[in-house]
Amino acid sequence: MADTEQGTVTPPTSHLQAELTKLRSAHPDAVLDVEEAPERDMFWITVRPRSIAAVAKTLRDDRALDYKLLSDVTCIDRPEREKRFNVIYNFYSVTHNKRLFVRVWVGEGDAVPTVSGLYASADWAEREVMDLFGVTFEGHPDPRKIVLPDDFEGHPLRKDFPLVGKRPVILFNNIKDIT
Amino acid sequence: MAVTETLTMNMGPQHPSTHGVLRLVLDLDGETVVKAVPHIGYLHTGMEKTMENEPYQQAITITDRMDYLSGMNNNLAYCLAVEKLLDLEIPERGQAIRVLMSELQRIASHLLWIGAHAMDIGAMSVFLYSFREREMILNFFEEICGARLTPAYIRVGGVALDLPDGVEEKIAKSIAVLADRLDEYWTLLDENPIWRDRTVGVGYLKADDALRLGVTGPRLRAAGVPYDLRRVKPYCGYEKYDFVVPVGDSGDIFDSYRVRMEEMRQSLRIIEQVLITMPDGPCNADNPKVVLPPKERVFSDMEALIHHFILVTRGFPVPPGEAYAAIESPKGELGFYVASDGSEKPYRVRVRPPSFYNLSALPFISEGSMVSDVVAVIGSLDIVLGEIDR
Repeated sequence: MADTEQGTVTPPTSHLQAELTKLRSAHPDAVLDVEEAPERDMFWITVRPRSIAAVAKTLRDDRALDYKLLSDVTCIDRPEREKRFNVIYNFYSVTHNKRLFVRVWVGEGDAVPTVSGLYASADWAEREVMDLFGVTFEGHPDPRKIVLPDDFEGHPLRKDFPLVGKRPVILFNNIKDIT
Repeated sequence: MAVTETLTMNMGPQHPSTHGVLRLVLDLDGETVVKAVPHIGYLHTGMEKTMENEPYQQAITITDRMDYLSGMNNNLAYCLAVEKLLDLEIPERGQAIRVLMSELQRIASHLLWIGAHAMDIGAMSVFLYSFREREMILNFFEEICGARLTPAYIRVGGVALDLPDGVEEKIAKSIAVLADRLDEYWTLLDENPIWRDRTVGVGYLKADDALRLGVTGPRLRAAGVPYDLRRVKPYCGYEKYDFVVPVGDSGDIFDSYRVRMEEMRQSLRIIEQVLITMPDGPCNADNPKVVLPPKERVFSDMEALIHHFILVTRGFPVPPGEAYAAIESPKGELGFYVASDGSEKPYRVRVRPPSFYNLSALPFISEGSMVSDVVAVIGSLDIVLGEIDR
Protein backbone atom coordinates (compact mmCIF):
# COMPACT_ATOMS: atom_id res chain seq x y z
CA MET A 1 0.00 0.00 0.00
CA ALA A 2 1.21 3.46 -0.85
CA ASP A 3 2.52 5.68 1.88
CA THR A 4 2.46 9.42 1.71
CA GLU A 5 6.00 9.80 3.08
CA GLN A 6 8.20 11.17 0.35
CA GLY A 7 11.50 9.75 -0.81
CA THR A 8 10.29 6.23 -1.64
CA VAL A 9 9.63 6.71 -5.33
CA THR A 10 10.08 3.53 -7.35
CA PRO A 11 11.96 3.77 -10.65
CA PRO A 12 9.80 4.26 -13.72
CA THR A 13 8.68 1.13 -15.52
CA SER A 14 7.53 0.46 -19.03
CA HIS A 15 3.77 0.72 -18.42
CA LEU A 16 3.77 4.18 -16.90
CA GLN A 17 6.97 5.48 -18.45
CA ALA A 18 5.32 8.22 -20.48
CA GLU A 19 3.10 9.41 -17.63
CA LEU A 20 5.88 9.51 -15.06
CA THR A 21 8.38 11.26 -17.32
CA LYS A 22 5.90 13.97 -18.22
CA LEU A 23 4.59 14.44 -14.70
CA ARG A 24 8.06 14.54 -13.12
CA SER A 25 9.35 17.09 -15.58
CA ALA A 26 6.26 19.30 -15.30
CA HIS A 27 5.70 18.94 -11.55
CA PRO A 28 8.95 17.78 -9.92
CA ASP A 29 7.62 17.17 -6.40
CA ALA A 30 4.07 16.03 -7.22
CA VAL A 31 4.48 12.27 -7.60
CA LEU A 32 4.90 10.41 -4.31
CA ASP A 33 4.46 6.78 -5.19
CA VAL A 34 3.72 4.36 -8.02
CA GLU A 35 1.95 1.00 -7.79
CA GLU A 36 1.48 -1.40 -10.67
CA ALA A 37 -0.46 -4.58 -11.21
CA PRO A 38 -0.20 -5.18 -14.99
CA GLU A 39 -1.83 -8.64 -14.74
CA ARG A 40 -4.98 -6.91 -13.43
CA ASP A 41 -4.59 -3.87 -15.70
CA MET A 42 -4.36 -1.63 -12.65
CA PHE A 43 -1.94 1.30 -12.32
CA TRP A 44 -1.87 3.84 -9.55
CA ILE A 45 0.10 7.04 -9.09
CA THR A 46 -0.01 8.77 -5.70
CA VAL A 47 0.37 12.53 -5.85
CA ARG A 48 0.40 15.40 -3.39
CA PRO A 49 -3.12 16.74 -2.71
CA ARG A 50 -2.25 20.30 -3.67
CA SER A 51 -0.86 19.26 -7.05
CA ILE A 52 -3.85 17.19 -8.19
CA ALA A 53 -5.31 19.93 -10.40
CA ALA A 54 -1.95 20.54 -12.10
CA VAL A 55 -1.42 16.81 -12.57
CA ALA A 56 -4.90 16.41 -14.04
CA LYS A 57 -4.22 19.27 -16.44
CA THR A 58 -1.01 17.64 -17.66
CA LEU A 59 -2.73 14.27 -18.04
CA ARG A 60 -5.53 15.84 -20.04
CA ASP A 61 -3.66 18.28 -22.24
CA ASP A 62 -0.43 16.48 -23.10
CA ARG A 63 -0.92 14.88 -26.51
CA ALA A 64 1.23 11.89 -25.60
CA LEU A 65 -0.97 11.13 -22.57
CA ASP A 66 -4.40 12.37 -23.66
CA TYR A 67 -6.48 11.30 -20.65
CA LYS A 68 -9.62 13.00 -21.90
CA LEU A 69 -12.11 11.09 -19.77
CA LEU A 70 -12.24 11.36 -16.00
CA SER A 71 -14.29 8.26 -15.54
CA ASP A 72 -14.86 8.42 -11.81
CA VAL A 73 -13.84 10.06 -8.55
CA THR A 74 -14.22 8.03 -5.41
CA CYS A 75 -12.85 7.74 -1.91
CA ILE A 76 -11.85 5.08 0.58
CA ASP A 77 -11.86 5.80 4.29
CA ARG A 78 -9.01 4.27 6.32
CA PRO A 79 -9.47 5.74 9.80
CA GLU A 80 -6.38 4.04 11.23
CA ARG A 81 -4.15 6.32 9.15
CA GLU A 82 -3.18 9.83 10.00
CA LYS A 83 -4.45 10.98 6.60
CA ARG A 84 -7.54 8.85 6.50
CA PHE A 85 -9.19 9.66 3.17
CA ASN A 86 -7.85 8.16 -0.02
CA VAL A 87 -9.44 10.01 -2.93
CA ILE A 88 -9.07 8.03 -6.16
CA TYR A 89 -9.36 9.56 -9.63
CA ASN A 90 -10.06 7.17 -12.47
CA PHE A 91 -8.63 8.55 -15.72
CA TYR A 92 -9.11 6.91 -19.08
CA SER A 93 -7.44 7.73 -22.38
CA VAL A 94 -9.62 6.84 -25.35
CA THR A 95 -6.84 7.27 -27.90
CA HIS A 96 -4.29 5.13 -26.04
CA ASN A 97 -6.83 2.79 -24.42
CA LYS A 98 -5.18 3.17 -21.01
CA ARG A 99 -6.66 3.50 -17.57
CA LEU A 100 -4.81 5.28 -14.78
CA PHE A 101 -5.76 5.73 -11.15
CA VAL A 102 -4.42 8.75 -9.32
CA ARG A 103 -4.49 8.66 -5.54
CA VAL A 104 -4.50 11.49 -3.08
CA TRP A 105 -4.31 11.07 0.70
CA VAL A 106 -5.91 13.73 2.86
CA GLY A 107 -6.69 14.02 6.56
CA GLU A 108 -9.90 15.16 8.17
CA GLY A 109 -10.46 18.85 7.53
CA ASP A 110 -7.91 19.04 4.71
CA ALA A 111 -9.09 20.27 1.35
CA VAL A 112 -8.36 18.89 -2.10
CA PRO A 113 -8.31 21.33 -5.03
CA THR A 114 -11.24 20.62 -7.32
CA VAL A 115 -10.69 19.34 -10.84
CA SER A 116 -14.23 20.19 -11.94
CA GLY A 117 -12.89 23.16 -13.88
CA LEU A 118 -10.89 20.74 -16.03
CA TYR A 119 -13.30 17.82 -16.16
CA ALA A 120 -17.01 18.55 -15.94
CA SER A 121 -17.60 14.95 -14.88
CA ALA A 122 -15.85 15.72 -11.58
CA ASP A 123 -18.63 18.11 -10.64
CA TRP A 124 -21.17 15.56 -9.45
CA ALA A 125 -18.56 12.98 -8.48
CA GLU A 126 -16.83 15.38 -6.11
CA ARG A 127 -20.17 16.46 -4.70
CA GLU A 128 -20.92 12.83 -3.92
CA VAL A 129 -17.57 12.34 -2.16
CA MET A 130 -18.17 15.54 -0.21
CA ASP A 131 -21.62 14.35 0.74
CA LEU A 132 -20.79 10.79 1.75
CA PHE A 133 -17.24 11.21 3.14
CA GLY A 134 -16.97 14.85 4.17
CA VAL A 135 -13.85 15.52 2.10
CA THR A 136 -13.78 19.17 1.05
CA PHE A 137 -13.00 20.06 -2.54
CA GLU A 138 -11.59 23.56 -2.61
CA GLY A 139 -12.99 25.84 -5.28
CA HIS A 140 -15.91 23.59 -6.22
CA PRO A 141 -18.48 25.74 -7.99
CA ASP A 142 -21.54 24.05 -6.49
CA PRO A 143 -20.73 22.31 -3.18
CA ARG A 144 -24.30 21.32 -2.30
CA LYS A 145 -25.30 17.91 -0.99
CA ILE A 146 -26.23 15.57 -3.80
CA VAL A 147 -27.72 12.29 -2.62
CA LEU A 148 -28.46 12.85 1.06
CA PRO A 149 -31.33 14.93 2.44
CA ASP A 150 -30.36 18.53 3.14
CA ASP A 151 -30.70 18.19 6.90
CA PHE A 152 -28.77 14.93 7.15
CA GLU A 153 -25.92 15.09 9.63
CA GLY A 154 -22.76 13.06 9.22
CA HIS A 155 -21.10 11.26 6.35
CA PRO A 156 -22.43 7.71 6.04
CA LEU A 157 -19.62 6.09 4.05
CA ARG A 158 -17.08 6.85 6.77
CA LYS A 159 -16.11 3.73 8.64
CA ASP A 160 -17.10 5.22 12.02
CA PHE A 161 -20.67 5.89 10.85
CA PRO A 162 -22.96 3.11 12.13
CA LEU A 163 -24.73 1.01 9.52
CA VAL A 164 -28.17 1.70 11.04
CA GLY A 165 -27.58 5.46 11.10
CA LYS A 166 -27.40 7.84 14.00
CA ARG A 167 -31.04 8.88 14.21
CA PRO A 168 -34.21 8.32 12.20
CA VAL A 169 -34.27 10.51 9.12
CA ILE A 170 -37.20 12.87 8.79
CA LEU A 171 -37.41 14.20 5.26
CA PHE A 172 -38.77 17.74 4.96
CA ASN A 173 -39.70 19.14 8.35
CA ASN A 174 -41.82 21.92 6.95
CA ILE A 175 -43.16 23.13 3.65
CA LYS A 176 -40.37 25.70 3.20
CA ASP A 177 -37.75 22.97 2.93
CA ILE A 178 -39.34 21.58 -0.20
CA THR A 179 -39.00 24.68 -2.33
CA MET B 1 -37.82 46.09 -25.17
CA ALA B 2 -40.18 43.89 -23.28
CA VAL B 3 -39.07 42.78 -19.87
CA THR B 4 -38.71 39.02 -19.77
CA GLU B 5 -39.22 37.13 -16.61
CA THR B 6 -38.18 33.55 -16.07
CA LEU B 7 -40.62 31.05 -14.67
CA THR B 8 -39.33 28.36 -12.34
CA MET B 9 -41.02 25.05 -12.92
CA ASN B 10 -40.74 21.81 -11.03
CA MET B 11 -40.68 18.64 -13.11
CA GLY B 12 -40.96 15.50 -11.09
CA PRO B 13 -40.14 13.74 -8.81
CA GLN B 14 -43.30 11.88 -9.81
CA HIS B 15 -43.46 12.43 -13.52
CA PRO B 16 -43.81 9.61 -16.04
CA SER B 17 -41.09 10.90 -18.35
CA THR B 18 -38.43 11.19 -15.65
CA HIS B 19 -37.99 7.40 -15.61
CA GLY B 20 -38.11 7.10 -11.87
CA VAL B 21 -37.81 9.56 -9.06
CA LEU B 22 -35.92 12.43 -10.66
CA ARG B 23 -36.76 16.05 -9.95
CA LEU B 24 -35.78 18.75 -12.39
CA VAL B 25 -36.06 22.42 -11.52
CA LEU B 26 -36.39 24.26 -14.81
CA ASP B 27 -36.04 28.00 -15.29
CA LEU B 28 -38.09 28.88 -18.35
CA ASP B 29 -38.14 31.90 -20.55
CA GLY B 30 -41.31 31.30 -22.48
CA GLU B 31 -40.81 27.75 -23.66
CA THR B 32 -37.02 27.94 -23.70
CA VAL B 33 -35.08 26.31 -20.90
CA VAL B 34 -32.68 28.82 -19.36
CA LYS B 35 -31.44 26.60 -16.59
CA ALA B 36 -32.04 22.98 -15.63
CA VAL B 37 -31.00 21.65 -12.23
CA PRO B 38 -31.48 17.93 -11.57
CA HIS B 39 -32.16 16.95 -7.98
CA ILE B 40 -31.34 13.34 -7.27
CA GLY B 41 -31.09 11.19 -4.20
CA TYR B 42 -34.72 10.21 -3.63
CA LEU B 43 -33.80 6.54 -3.96
CA HIS B 44 -30.54 6.74 -2.02
CA THR B 45 -30.45 3.79 0.34
CA GLY B 46 -26.74 3.51 0.96
CA MET B 47 -26.17 0.41 -1.17
CA GLU B 48 -22.39 0.86 -1.14
CA LYS B 49 -22.44 0.94 2.66
CA THR B 50 -24.69 -2.11 2.76
CA MET B 51 -22.31 -4.01 0.52
CA GLU B 52 -19.45 -3.34 2.94
CA ASN B 53 -21.43 -5.31 5.50
CA GLU B 54 -22.25 -8.36 3.40
CA PRO B 55 -20.02 -11.29 2.48
CA TYR B 56 -18.74 -11.07 -1.08
CA GLN B 57 -21.18 -13.59 -2.53
CA GLN B 58 -24.23 -12.09 -0.82
CA ALA B 59 -23.40 -8.56 -1.94
CA ILE B 60 -24.32 -9.69 -5.46
CA THR B 61 -28.00 -9.45 -4.56
CA ILE B 62 -27.52 -5.73 -3.95
CA THR B 63 -25.83 -5.09 -7.30
CA ASP B 64 -28.83 -6.09 -9.40
CA ARG B 65 -31.04 -3.68 -7.49
CA MET B 66 -28.96 -0.74 -8.70
CA ASP B 67 -29.65 -0.83 -12.42
CA TYR B 68 -32.74 -2.97 -12.13
CA LEU B 69 -33.17 -3.06 -15.91
CA SER B 70 -29.89 -4.85 -16.45
CA GLY B 71 -29.32 -6.97 -13.39
CA MET B 72 -27.14 -9.50 -15.18
CA ASN B 73 -24.69 -6.81 -16.27
CA ASN B 74 -24.39 -5.47 -12.74
CA ASN B 75 -23.78 -8.97 -11.37
CA LEU B 76 -21.12 -9.48 -13.99
CA ALA B 77 -19.22 -6.25 -13.36
CA TYR B 78 -19.07 -6.86 -9.63
CA CYS B 79 -18.03 -10.49 -10.02
CA LEU B 80 -15.27 -9.54 -12.46
CA ALA B 81 -13.84 -7.07 -9.93
CA VAL B 82 -13.84 -9.65 -7.12
CA GLU B 83 -12.41 -12.30 -9.45
CA LYS B 84 -9.56 -9.92 -10.30
CA LEU B 85 -8.69 -9.81 -6.60
CA LEU B 86 -8.98 -13.59 -6.29
CA ASP B 87 -7.11 -14.30 -9.56
CA LEU B 88 -9.86 -16.73 -10.55
CA GLU B 89 -10.01 -18.28 -14.00
CA ILE B 90 -13.52 -18.93 -15.25
CA PRO B 91 -13.95 -21.94 -17.57
CA GLU B 92 -14.99 -21.31 -21.17
CA ARG B 93 -18.55 -22.48 -20.70
CA GLY B 94 -19.02 -20.14 -17.77
CA GLN B 95 -17.69 -17.25 -19.84
CA ALA B 96 -19.97 -18.10 -22.76
CA ILE B 97 -23.02 -18.25 -20.48
CA ARG B 98 -22.07 -14.86 -19.04
CA VAL B 99 -21.81 -13.35 -22.51
CA LEU B 100 -25.15 -14.91 -23.47
CA MET B 101 -26.83 -13.49 -20.37
CA SER B 102 -25.39 -10.01 -20.67
CA GLU B 103 -26.33 -9.74 -24.33
CA LEU B 104 -29.88 -10.93 -23.67
CA GLN B 105 -30.03 -8.40 -20.87
CA ARG B 106 -28.73 -5.66 -23.18
CA ILE B 107 -31.56 -6.36 -25.61
CA ALA B 108 -34.12 -6.40 -22.80
CA SER B 109 -32.82 -3.08 -21.49
CA HIS B 110 -32.75 -1.47 -24.91
CA LEU B 111 -36.27 -2.74 -25.60
CA LEU B 112 -37.51 -1.02 -22.48
CA TRP B 113 -35.61 2.09 -23.52
CA ILE B 114 -37.15 2.20 -27.01
CA GLY B 115 -40.63 1.69 -25.60
CA ALA B 116 -40.35 4.31 -22.88
CA HIS B 117 -38.48 6.79 -25.08
CA ALA B 118 -41.03 6.52 -27.88
CA MET B 119 -43.90 6.81 -25.42
CA ASP B 120 -42.40 9.97 -23.90
CA ILE B 121 -42.31 11.54 -27.34
CA GLY B 122 -45.83 10.40 -28.14
CA ALA B 123 -45.61 7.08 -29.97
CA MET B 124 -47.56 4.81 -27.67
CA SER B 125 -47.68 1.69 -29.81
CA VAL B 126 -43.93 0.93 -29.73
CA PHE B 127 -44.15 0.53 -25.97
CA LEU B 128 -46.75 -2.23 -26.26
CA TYR B 129 -44.71 -4.15 -28.84
CA SER B 130 -41.35 -3.82 -27.14
CA PHE B 131 -42.70 -5.03 -23.81
CA ARG B 132 -44.00 -8.15 -25.53
CA GLU B 133 -40.47 -8.99 -26.71
CA ARG B 134 -38.90 -8.03 -23.40
CA GLU B 135 -41.28 -10.47 -21.76
CA MET B 136 -39.85 -13.20 -23.97
CA ILE B 137 -36.32 -12.52 -22.69
CA LEU B 138 -37.42 -12.23 -19.08
CA ASN B 139 -39.14 -15.61 -19.45
CA PHE B 140 -35.79 -17.10 -20.42
CA PHE B 141 -34.22 -15.59 -17.32
CA GLU B 142 -37.02 -17.08 -15.25
CA GLU B 143 -36.44 -20.47 -16.78
CA ILE B 144 -32.67 -20.27 -16.28
CA CYS B 145 -32.41 -18.86 -12.77
CA GLY B 146 -35.92 -18.41 -11.40
CA ALA B 147 -35.88 -14.63 -11.30
CA ARG B 148 -36.83 -12.07 -13.90
CA LEU B 149 -35.62 -8.70 -12.75
CA THR B 150 -33.06 -9.30 -10.01
CA PRO B 151 -31.42 -12.54 -11.07
CA ALA B 152 -28.20 -12.73 -8.95
CA TYR B 153 -27.34 -15.46 -11.45
CA ILE B 154 -23.74 -14.57 -12.20
CA ARG B 155 -21.69 -15.40 -9.12
CA VAL B 156 -18.09 -14.97 -8.07
CA GLY B 157 -16.42 -17.98 -9.67
CA GLY B 158 -18.94 -18.59 -12.42
CA VAL B 159 -22.71 -18.78 -12.52
CA ALA B 160 -25.32 -20.05 -10.06
CA LEU B 161 -26.53 -22.98 -12.19
CA ASP B 162 -25.77 -24.47 -15.56
CA LEU B 163 -28.30 -23.77 -18.32
CA PRO B 164 -31.36 -26.04 -18.12
CA ASP B 165 -31.87 -28.57 -20.92
CA GLY B 166 -33.42 -27.23 -24.08
CA VAL B 167 -33.17 -23.56 -23.27
CA GLU B 168 -30.43 -22.96 -25.83
CA GLU B 169 -32.70 -24.20 -28.64
CA LYS B 170 -35.49 -21.96 -27.40
CA ILE B 171 -33.21 -18.92 -27.37
CA ALA B 172 -31.97 -19.78 -30.86
CA LYS B 173 -35.56 -19.92 -32.11
CA SER B 174 -36.56 -16.66 -30.46
CA ILE B 175 -33.64 -14.59 -31.75
CA ALA B 176 -34.91 -15.17 -35.29
CA VAL B 177 -38.27 -13.79 -34.13
CA LEU B 178 -36.54 -10.87 -32.40
CA ALA B 179 -34.65 -9.93 -35.55
CA ASP B 180 -37.96 -9.65 -37.42
CA ARG B 181 -39.50 -7.61 -34.64
CA LEU B 182 -36.57 -5.19 -34.60
CA ASP B 183 -37.21 -4.53 -38.28
CA GLU B 184 -40.81 -3.83 -37.32
CA TYR B 185 -39.76 -1.13 -34.84
CA TRP B 186 -37.48 0.24 -37.49
CA THR B 187 -40.45 0.73 -39.83
CA LEU B 188 -42.53 2.19 -37.01
CA LEU B 189 -40.00 4.86 -36.14
CA ASP B 190 -37.23 5.39 -38.62
CA GLU B 191 -39.29 7.05 -41.36
CA ASN B 192 -41.93 8.36 -39.02
CA PRO B 193 -42.08 12.16 -39.58
CA ILE B 194 -43.15 12.94 -36.02
CA TRP B 195 -40.35 10.82 -34.58
CA ARG B 196 -37.87 12.51 -36.87
CA ASP B 197 -39.14 15.99 -36.01
CA ARG B 198 -38.72 15.28 -32.33
CA THR B 199 -35.26 13.70 -32.55
CA VAL B 200 -33.30 14.84 -35.60
CA GLY B 201 -31.14 17.83 -34.72
CA VAL B 202 -32.34 17.84 -31.11
CA GLY B 203 -30.18 17.40 -28.03
CA TYR B 204 -26.75 17.61 -29.63
CA LEU B 205 -23.84 16.24 -27.63
CA LYS B 206 -20.48 16.45 -29.36
CA ALA B 207 -17.62 14.06 -28.70
CA ASP B 208 -15.44 16.54 -26.78
CA ASP B 209 -18.29 17.59 -24.53
CA ALA B 210 -19.39 14.02 -23.96
CA LEU B 211 -15.92 13.02 -22.80
CA ARG B 212 -15.58 16.12 -20.65
CA LEU B 213 -18.92 15.37 -18.99
CA GLY B 214 -18.07 11.71 -18.46
CA VAL B 215 -20.86 10.48 -20.73
CA THR B 216 -20.30 6.90 -21.91
CA GLY B 217 -22.32 4.29 -23.74
CA PRO B 218 -24.60 4.87 -26.73
CA ARG B 219 -24.70 8.64 -26.28
CA LEU B 220 -20.88 8.82 -26.57
CA ARG B 221 -20.83 6.43 -29.54
CA ALA B 222 -23.57 8.48 -31.22
CA ALA B 223 -21.09 11.37 -31.11
CA GLY B 224 -18.58 9.29 -33.03
CA VAL B 225 -16.28 7.92 -30.32
CA PRO B 226 -16.04 4.13 -30.71
CA TYR B 227 -15.60 3.56 -26.97
CA ASP B 228 -17.13 0.17 -26.28
CA LEU B 229 -15.46 -1.78 -23.49
CA ARG B 230 -16.39 -5.08 -25.13
CA ARG B 231 -14.06 -4.06 -27.91
CA VAL B 232 -11.34 -1.92 -26.29
CA LYS B 233 -10.87 -3.94 -23.10
CA PRO B 234 -12.52 -7.29 -23.78
CA TYR B 235 -13.75 -9.37 -20.85
CA CYS B 236 -15.39 -12.82 -20.73
CA GLY B 237 -13.98 -13.66 -24.15
CA TYR B 238 -15.71 -10.94 -26.17
CA GLU B 239 -12.66 -10.83 -28.43
CA LYS B 240 -13.76 -14.20 -29.86
CA TYR B 241 -17.04 -12.90 -31.24
CA ASP B 242 -17.52 -10.97 -34.42
CA PHE B 243 -19.55 -7.79 -33.95
CA VAL B 244 -19.55 -4.19 -35.05
CA VAL B 245 -19.47 -1.22 -32.70
CA PRO B 246 -22.01 1.15 -34.26
CA VAL B 247 -21.14 4.85 -34.11
CA GLY B 248 -23.02 7.95 -35.15
CA ASP B 249 -21.60 11.25 -36.30
CA SER B 250 -23.74 14.22 -35.29
CA GLY B 251 -24.49 13.21 -31.69
CA ASP B 252 -28.17 14.12 -31.68
CA ILE B 253 -30.99 12.04 -30.26
CA PHE B 254 -31.73 10.39 -33.59
CA ASP B 255 -28.15 9.15 -33.80
CA SER B 256 -28.31 7.68 -30.33
CA TYR B 257 -31.54 5.94 -31.33
CA ARG B 258 -29.89 4.45 -34.41
CA VAL B 259 -26.84 3.37 -32.40
CA ARG B 260 -29.02 1.53 -29.90
CA MET B 261 -31.12 -0.11 -32.60
CA GLU B 262 -27.98 -1.35 -34.31
CA GLU B 263 -26.58 -2.52 -30.98
CA MET B 264 -29.57 -4.79 -30.50
CA ARG B 265 -28.90 -6.36 -33.91
CA GLN B 266 -25.24 -6.84 -33.02
CA SER B 267 -26.28 -8.40 -29.71
CA LEU B 268 -28.39 -10.88 -31.65
CA ARG B 269 -25.35 -11.70 -33.76
CA ILE B 270 -23.25 -12.28 -30.64
CA ILE B 271 -25.94 -14.50 -29.13
CA GLU B 272 -26.07 -16.52 -32.35
CA GLN B 273 -22.31 -17.06 -32.24
CA VAL B 274 -22.36 -17.93 -28.54
CA LEU B 275 -25.03 -20.57 -29.10
CA ILE B 276 -23.12 -22.13 -32.00
CA THR B 277 -19.79 -22.20 -30.18
CA MET B 278 -21.14 -22.98 -26.70
CA PRO B 279 -18.42 -25.19 -25.17
CA ASP B 280 -19.11 -28.17 -22.95
CA GLY B 281 -17.62 -28.69 -19.55
CA PRO B 282 -17.96 -27.06 -16.16
CA CYS B 283 -19.30 -23.55 -15.86
CA ASN B 284 -17.74 -22.74 -12.50
CA ALA B 285 -14.12 -22.23 -11.54
CA ASP B 286 -12.42 -25.23 -9.99
CA ASN B 287 -11.89 -23.65 -6.60
CA PRO B 288 -13.80 -25.24 -3.72
CA LYS B 289 -12.76 -22.42 -1.39
CA VAL B 290 -14.88 -19.97 -3.38
CA VAL B 291 -17.46 -21.88 -5.43
CA LEU B 292 -20.27 -23.81 -3.77
CA PRO B 293 -20.01 -27.57 -4.41
CA PRO B 294 -22.81 -29.24 -6.43
CA LYS B 295 -25.79 -30.21 -4.30
CA GLU B 296 -25.51 -33.94 -4.99
CA ARG B 297 -21.97 -33.95 -3.64
CA VAL B 298 -23.02 -32.03 -0.53
CA PHE B 299 -25.41 -34.89 0.33
CA SER B 300 -22.86 -37.63 -0.21
CA ASP B 301 -19.40 -36.21 0.43
CA MET B 302 -18.15 -35.01 3.81
CA GLU B 303 -15.66 -32.50 2.41
CA ALA B 304 -18.21 -30.96 0.09
CA LEU B 305 -20.54 -30.58 3.07
CA ILE B 306 -17.81 -28.79 5.04
CA HIS B 307 -17.08 -26.46 2.13
CA HIS B 308 -20.75 -25.75 1.68
CA PHE B 309 -21.16 -24.99 5.38
CA ILE B 310 -18.14 -22.69 5.56
CA LEU B 311 -19.06 -20.82 2.37
CA VAL B 312 -22.65 -20.27 3.44
CA THR B 313 -22.00 -19.30 7.05
CA ARG B 314 -18.76 -17.38 6.72
CA GLY B 315 -18.05 -16.68 3.07
CA PHE B 316 -14.58 -16.70 1.58
CA PRO B 317 -11.69 -14.36 2.37
CA VAL B 318 -10.31 -12.25 -0.47
CA PRO B 319 -6.63 -11.24 -0.55
CA PRO B 320 -6.00 -7.59 0.34
CA GLY B 321 -5.80 -5.20 -2.55
CA GLU B 322 -7.87 -3.03 -4.82
CA ALA B 323 -9.28 -3.85 -8.23
CA TYR B 324 -11.47 -2.14 -10.76
CA ALA B 325 -13.45 -3.97 -13.38
CA ALA B 326 -15.57 -2.21 -15.96
CA ILE B 327 -18.01 -3.66 -18.47
CA GLU B 328 -20.12 -2.18 -21.23
CA SER B 329 -23.58 -2.15 -19.70
CA PRO B 330 -26.54 -1.05 -21.84
CA LYS B 331 -26.14 2.42 -20.34
CA GLY B 332 -22.38 2.80 -20.66
CA GLU B 333 -19.26 2.06 -18.68
CA LEU B 334 -20.32 0.25 -15.52
CA GLY B 335 -17.40 -0.23 -13.16
CA PHE B 336 -16.90 -1.65 -9.71
CA TYR B 337 -13.92 -0.57 -7.62
CA VAL B 338 -13.56 -3.17 -4.87
CA ALA B 339 -11.09 -2.75 -2.02
CA SER B 340 -10.41 -5.73 0.19
CA ASP B 341 -8.70 -5.90 3.57
CA GLY B 342 -8.35 -9.68 3.54
CA SER B 343 -11.61 -10.46 5.33
CA GLU B 344 -14.81 -12.09 4.08
CA LYS B 345 -16.53 -8.77 3.47
CA PRO B 346 -15.46 -6.04 1.04
CA TYR B 347 -13.76 -3.09 2.71
CA ARG B 348 -15.22 -0.70 0.19
CA VAL B 349 -17.23 -1.12 -2.99
CA ARG B 350 -17.53 1.82 -5.30
CA VAL B 351 -19.87 1.66 -8.26
CA ARG B 352 -19.11 3.74 -11.30
CA PRO B 353 -22.71 4.19 -12.41
CA PRO B 354 -23.05 5.14 -16.08
CA SER B 355 -26.45 6.77 -15.58
CA PHE B 356 -25.07 9.10 -12.90
CA TYR B 357 -22.60 10.67 -15.29
CA ASN B 358 -24.98 10.57 -18.22
CA LEU B 359 -27.59 12.46 -16.22
CA SER B 360 -25.04 15.06 -15.14
CA ALA B 361 -24.83 16.05 -18.81
CA LEU B 362 -28.56 16.86 -18.91
CA PRO B 363 -28.24 20.59 -18.01
CA PHE B 364 -25.55 21.01 -20.66
CA ILE B 365 -27.62 19.33 -23.37
CA SER B 366 -31.00 20.83 -22.60
CA GLU B 367 -30.17 24.42 -21.66
CA GLY B 368 -31.27 26.62 -24.50
CA SER B 369 -33.67 24.08 -25.96
CA MET B 370 -37.44 23.83 -25.69
CA VAL B 371 -39.04 22.41 -22.59
CA SER B 372 -40.60 19.57 -24.56
CA ASP B 373 -37.13 18.56 -25.78
CA VAL B 374 -36.03 17.99 -22.20
CA VAL B 375 -38.32 14.97 -22.16
CA ALA B 376 -36.72 13.69 -25.36
CA VAL B 377 -33.23 14.24 -23.95
CA ILE B 378 -34.01 12.36 -20.74
CA GLY B 379 -35.33 9.50 -22.84
CA SER B 380 -32.22 9.42 -25.00
CA LEU B 381 -29.89 9.36 -21.97
CA ASP B 382 -31.61 6.13 -20.84
CA ILE B 383 -31.20 6.72 -17.13
CA VAL B 384 -32.15 4.45 -14.28
CA LEU B 385 -32.55 6.26 -11.00
CA GLY B 386 -31.88 3.20 -8.90
CA GLU B 387 -28.36 3.27 -10.19
CA ILE B 388 -27.90 7.04 -9.90
CA ASP B 389 -28.93 7.26 -6.26
CA ARG B 390 -27.84 3.82 -5.05
